[in-house]
Amino acid sequence: MNKRWGYWLFFVALFLAPFYLTEFRLSLLGKFLCFAIVAVGISLIWGYTGILSLGHGVYFGLGAYCMAMYLKLEASQGHLPDFMEWSSVRELPWFWKPFAHPVVAIAAAIVLPTLLAALLSYFTFKNRIQGVYFSLLSQAVVVVFVTLFIGKQEWTGGTNGLTNFSTVFGFSLSSPLTQIVLYWLTAAVLALIFVMTRRLTTGRLGKVLIAIRDAENRVRFLGFNPTVYKVFVYSLSAAFAGVAGALFVLQVGLISPEMMGIIPSIEMVLWAAVGGRHSLMGAIMGAIVMNTAKSFLSENYPDLWLLLLGALFVVVVLFVPKGLAGIYESLAAVRIKEKRGHECEARVDVS
Amino acid sequence: MFIDQLFNGLSVGSILLLIAIGLAITFGLMGVINMAHGELMMVGAYTTYVIQQIFAHHAPQSAGMYFVIAIPSSFLIAALLGWGLEKSLIRHLYHRPLDSLLATWGISLILQQTARLIFGAPNVAVVPPSWLDGGIRLFGAVFPYKRLFILCLVLAIVFFLYMYLTRTRAGRRIQAVTMNRPMASCLGIATQKVDAYSFAIGSGLAGVAGCALTLLGPIGPTIGTYYIVDAFMVVILGGVGKLAGTLLGAFGLGLISTFVEYSTSATIAKVIVFVLIIAFLQWKPSGLLSLRTRSLD
Amino acid sequence: MKPVLMCRDVVVDFDGFRALQGVDLAVYPHEVRFLIGPNGAGKTTLLDVICGRTRATDGRVLFFSHDITKRPEYEIVQMGIARKFQSPSIFPFLTVWENMELAMRQDRRLRSVLRAKLTGEEKEMMAAQLEKIGLLDERHRLAGSLSHGQKQWLEIGMQLIQRPQLLLLDEPIAGMSAAERERTGEWLHEMAEHCAVIIVEHDMDFVRRYSKQVTVMHEGKVLCEGSMDEVQQNEQVIDVYLGRGKNACCASGM
Repeated sequence: MNKRWGYWLFFVALFLAPFYLTEFRLSLLGKFLCFAIVAVGISLIWGYTGILSLGHGVYFGLGAYCMAMYLKLEASQGHLPDFMEWSSVRELPWFWKPFAHPVVAIAAAIVLPTLLAALLSYFTFKNRIQGVYFSLLSQAVVVVFVTLFIGKQEWTGGTNGLTNFSTVFGFSLSSPLTQIVLYWLTAAVLALIFVMTRRLTTGRLGKVLIAIRDAENRVRFLGFNPTVYKVFVYSLSAAFAGVAGALFVLQVGLISPEMMGIIPSIEMVLWAAVGGRHSLMGAIMGAIVMNTAKSFLSENYPDLWLLLLGALFVVVVLFVPKGLAGIYESLAAVRIKEKRGHECEARVDVS
Repeated sequence: MFIDQLFNGLSVGSILLLIAIGLAITFGLMGVINMAHGELMMVGAYTTYVIQQIFAHHAPQSAGMYFVIAIPSSFLIAALLGWGLEKSLIRHLYHRPLDSLLATWGISLILQQTARLIFGAPNVAVVPPSWLDGGIRLFGAVFPYKRLFILCLVLAIVFFLYMYLTRTRAGRRIQAVTMNRPMASCLGIATQKVDAYSFAIGSGLAGVAGCALTLLGPIGPTIGTYYIVDAFMVVILGGVGKLAGTLLGAFGLGLISTFVEYSTSATIAKVIVFVLIIAFLQWKPSGLLSLRTRSLD
Repeated sequence: MKPVLMCRDVVVDFDGFRALQGVDLAVYPHEVRFLIGPNGAGKTTLLDVICGRTRATDGRVLFFSHDITKRPEYEIVQMGIARKFQSPSIFPFLTVWENMELAMRQDRRLRSVLRAKLTGEEKEMMAAQLEKIGLLDERHRLAGSLSHGQKQWLEIGMQLIQRPQLLLLDEPIAGMSAAERERTGEWLHEMAEHCAVIIVEHDMDFVRRYSKQVTVMHEGKVLCEGSMDEVQQNEQVIDVYLGRGKNACCASGM
């Protein structure tokens, strides 16, 4: 039961943040919460189902670009977006036009990544392509999209991406009040996604996923079709990443192909690894902790950051495979042992 | 024009093969995807750079000869690095392919950053040896010597590798362990040693690839990431465990992407090629040529 | 009586090696059929074909007159065939209880699993089943921490709770103590009250004790069928299977 209290405390603290954090720190936290949303998805597919996706940046990026297109059109108010004028584009491309409507943008931010994920996962898992092969293919998708977005700069803003937004729903993006509301929105979405995913994983689905992770062929012989489950969770995690991307671009005001490439994708995996991929809350913590560290280190010691990142991968994989959540659980198990005074093999898990 | 594109395709294919061959060996043998493979290439490229600089400063009259020394040196240094990597890290992650993927990614970041700290972030140009300048004129097209050299180098390497794998004891051991590790172990083959030296060979080949890349343009810390994803696609496409598969996969991919790029654009080509790969995998999920086993797992 | 399972001329060809060369088999409801034969006879391959793990190159497999030759494994299982493998394949990171929950007969489509909740009735049934296999007290233990024998029982429990109509067992008593083997033998006939069983076994004592009908396989074909006594008298069987030992004895001059 202390778990429940812990979660409540955490989310209450998040919601109260505008009252005790500076504007700058709050905007950072808001950004990190977007990342935490992605991390929940990664935990679901990797920790529970054993699917290592090296390309979640794509889904994050697609969601972000969808929202950014709406914001760009809002900013240019009926004229062509600035970068298009610079690229000598005469007319707004047909696929940009629907994004003038916020509902379309929001829906697309969720649907497009989900669709892409469903297609990719269906056509690979159906053929029992898994493990490392799938990871590499997911990475190839990233390369394809990054190349596409950089190449088609008259449509996507190229390497600079989309920025210079002004308003959302008529509210100024630079106003502190808007920022706070957006922060609360992000925190609420995180809470919602966390609760929903937790319900899924603590129910029978969670057990099926773990079974698929540990012995996929055996699961077939119980009568489950693993492909359907894998496609489902993978697409769900892509939806989370898409939403996170949309919220990200609202708070940060910029999206570029670099932010959805190979390196950000692998960082997403690291957040879950450091926090504990088998635990949803662990993944959330991992995202917040790692990004806080990155923020601090990459400003003050930029050369050190990449070395540290690399070393962290090696260390976590070799020595701390269960991440921070694992450390917490071992300590909790020790306390339970001391309380009960005898060995117990029962599983202690965080979520 | 067709001849031109054909040659380009073969040239791209030969580069892909050079890069992918080391990867195919280690993946086929140990099931380890070495994400640092690209960085081992980078090490080979920088080794070539350093050697060229040494020659330029201390023996400018035989400046063109540096390349002859650079090839084996790149091989040796990358092989040593790979061997060390295997002994210290990879062997602890045997049986855990996803974890070794991540750990080697970590190594790749470390290597990249180290290169940045030593050589600086911007690309550096390696002056190619003068005897490789120019090209042959045939059928109205120009075939640059540099690319011909790479093509020949790759074919020579494939030939030597084939000889090594089929005619030497060590090579046959590698084949045995690739096909059936438990059985090979039962027969007295020291599988850990085989892992170590085949990882070294695979890494060494990456080094040679890096050396060859210096002929094509400037090199820098990120040169590995540029080619690595394509190398993976070659391994996935070509199948695992058979050299011929990697050969077919590399040249196939090289030719297809060149021709598609010619008719559309570099950007669209990447999309189309990827879709084609996915489509191909529907038909043959284990790649073009792979070792097929009876077991499901 | 209609057979539960019918194999008609099943051929399995692995790149030239013919593991099964035209197998005909018919198993009837409530039967416990023992499948014996020397190593390499194709017994496990036959089980693999029935449950969908291996594709038959030729021939047909009929389950209650449904053609299951080309169906994927999970569909075959859903139709009512359960398979137990040689080495325990339970899920080590789930508890005993959770393993049983997954095995229990249920609608295995995604939308049902998303809404699934254990009813009181189901919980009682699971508890009763766990009691039978002696793992009720261990139900919250991680399955990976059980002993080898316990893992085998858990797997048997998981088969039972699936309530299959045909159960395929592959050397189920391997690694069990004498007492455990007796229990397994008793169960076999209990299981037969609910379903048909095909069981591959090497332990001749066990086969002799608990069998009624035995099918002998050799080099991918069915050699002969009958009771254990009949089979042991069969000349061909003696030659091929039981007789080798006799010749070896004579050769070594004993």
